[in-house]
Amino acid sequence: MNPGDRRTAERGSIELAGVTKRFGDTAAVRNINLKIPGGRYCCLLGPSGCGKTTILRMIAGHEAPTEGAVLIDGENVVGKLPVERGTAMMFQSYALFPHLSCVDNVAFNLKTRGVGAAERRARARDMLDRVRMKSFADRLPAQLSGGQQQRIALARSLITNPRVLLLDEPLSALDEFLRLQMRGELRNIQAEFGITFIHVTHTQMEAIALADMVVVMDQGQIEQAASAREVYDRPRTSYVAHFMGGQNVLAGTVIARQPGIITMTSGKKTIKVTAPTSGSAPAAVDGEQFEVAVRRDRVRLSRAQSEDAEAGLNAVSGRVSAIEYQGTWLKISVDGAGSEGFVANVPDDEFFADPLAIGDPVIARWDAEQLHYLVARSARAARPETGHSTLVPAG
Amino acid sequence: MQNLQTGKRPWSFYALSAFFGLFVIFLYGPMSAIYILSFQGPTGGLTFPMRGWSLHWFDALFSQQRTGDFAGAFTRSMILAGMVLLLTVAISVISGLAFRRRFHGAAFVFYLAVASLIMPGLLVGLGVGLTFQTLGVQTKWFASALGAQLTWTLPFGMLIMFAVFSRFNRAYEEAARDLGASNWQIFLWVVLPILFPGIIAVALFGFTLSYDEFPRTLLTSGAANTLPMEIWGMTTNVTSPALYALGTVTTLVSFIAIALSLGSIAIIQWRRSRRPIEQHPSAKEQQ
Repeated sequence: MNPGDRRTAERGSIELAGVTKRFGDTAAVRNINLKIPGGRYCCLLGPSGCGKTTILRMIAGHEAPTEGAVLIDGENVVGKLPVERGTAMMFQSYALFPHLSCVDNVAFNLKTRGVGAAERRARARDMLDRVRMKSFADRLPAQLSGGQQQRIALARSLITNPRVLLLDEPLSALDEFLRLQMRGELRNIQAEFGITFIHVTHTQMEAIALADMVVVMDQGQIEQAASAREVYDRPRTSYVAHFMGGQNVLAGTVIARQPGIITMTSGKKTIKVTAPTSGSAPAAVDGEQFEVAVRRDRVRLSRAQSEDAEAGLNAVSGRVSAIEYQGTWLKISVDGAGSEGFVANVPDDEFFADPLAIGDPVIARWDAEQLHYLVARSARAARPETGHSTLVPAG
Repeated sequence: MQNLQTGKRPWSFYALSAFFGLFVIFLYGPMSAIYILSFQGPTGGLTFPMRGWSLHWFDALFSQQRTGDFAGAFTRSMILAGMVLLLTVAISVISGLAFRRRFHGAAFVFYLAVASLIMPGLLVGLGVGLTFQTLGVQTKWFASALGAQLTWTLPFGMLIMFAVFSRFNRAYEEAARDLGASNWQIFLWVVLPILFPGIIAVALFGFTLSYDEFPRTLLTSGAANTLPMEIWGMTTNVTSPALYALGTVTTLVSFIAIALSLGSIAIIQWRRSRRPIEQHPSAKEQQ
């Protein structure tokens, strides 16, 4: 953020304080604490049913939290109508009114405020111009393509002059080509209007391509809220590592701790990794679970005598089980390297200099600084799996 | 399935076609005979052959007192059908809105309303008539008969509205609320226009069910007849083709009602989906 963004960054900040939402006996979200600075593009990311849409709807005012507060620019908005909050929501299927032309759809908010027909249509046409849909003003929604409908829905939301725009899976109804195109347009519009965008998605690549801030969710709780790069490169938990992809998770039970080295058993293997030096990293305890991650493209493969060869520090042995050509790189799956699947992404020139074959024993190595320590499942607040919440903060 | 290769239709196709043909003849044959015979010449009788062609019996229908108070009965039936239409639409839409929430006792109220579909109409009419008698209130076509007919039209109307509402996407209402609309504005500007084709269907049912309702009206309409009862009376004492002319006129009214409603639904659907794709002139000049 450059200093010029300060002014806009103050407007449209959102804070969720201890927010819980229950539907009957099941909690959709549990004790969420989250701060989103104003003027940012924030993606709520998670599998379906993780509570991300519920959070969006609570910010929008279409759902009231069972407990906790929703603050926009420091003011608690629970109980307020969407228009009073200064939020606008774009629905998953856009929910354009089928009986109204595009210009009347966009002018709908002005109509509710009693603006005269001529003036509201003129202002709606101006807004349509800003999303480059002016020539479609007199068409009905059914006559438009998915991407065009989305721009109309954007214009209809933006004409309310919101502080926060909430987007519920805005790209899921589009085909692959349009999705990439609209992704860029959403980012441009967010930058142009300088308002907070909160975008719900279950697509990892969409989130990290768009967002200043990614909030990864699972089972009604936040697993990690950080910049896109941090979430991808330094996942906090094995869940985030698995969900974002591109990481190898080595999980095992600590059996020995020497100075600077942690030895753990993972599957049939004993793996030695460099111990964390910073105090903030999770501590290893004998007999407890320990989890580390290393990016797939930071792993180097070398041939070994056998698949159970002694690997040494920051390395694990195994056997090549699959090779997938990906153009500029190859995806090499290695079996027997710990308790989980292990993948190395090898650059194509490196691979073809000495091609491996399926069944070849290999040792995968990585540098100590590529090692990333995860907050192990046992070390985290015991996450209630059965639905009855213990309300332990996630963050 | 072997016909996929030979391209021949199986014998069952021809058998079922013949059956369908018979059905059509059975349905429309007698009715066509009535329509044709209503154009009998002035000297013609109730049966074929036709003795010339004329509109004589239509004229007789509206002028002769000998055929009973046709004009009065027709007027009463139209007014009654109009009232039934309005009440059926209003109550069906309101109950459609109400039943979207799972309110306490919803199932009971639903079955109570639908139960009158399977109750013999004559018994319903008898019950309503007796109740009025017991209370010392005279049965009237616009009061007791209206109520008796509503027991018949409301279940249809409600079932149609339930089906219509079940396909109604609540996101439209949320979007309208998100854009600042009040509950009334949401209802008038979003819900009603989107549901309009379904409401026309309810109106059509309300009108046509009332227009030719007989068993529930028989014992509740009081001193004045509605059209179906007038026709019933005429079949027993009128021996001229004026009776057939009456059949033709009432059928025409029904067809006009159906054509009007289906036509307006079709126009709405067409407007929503197939507006000319080329640009609107006003849009062109702005570019």
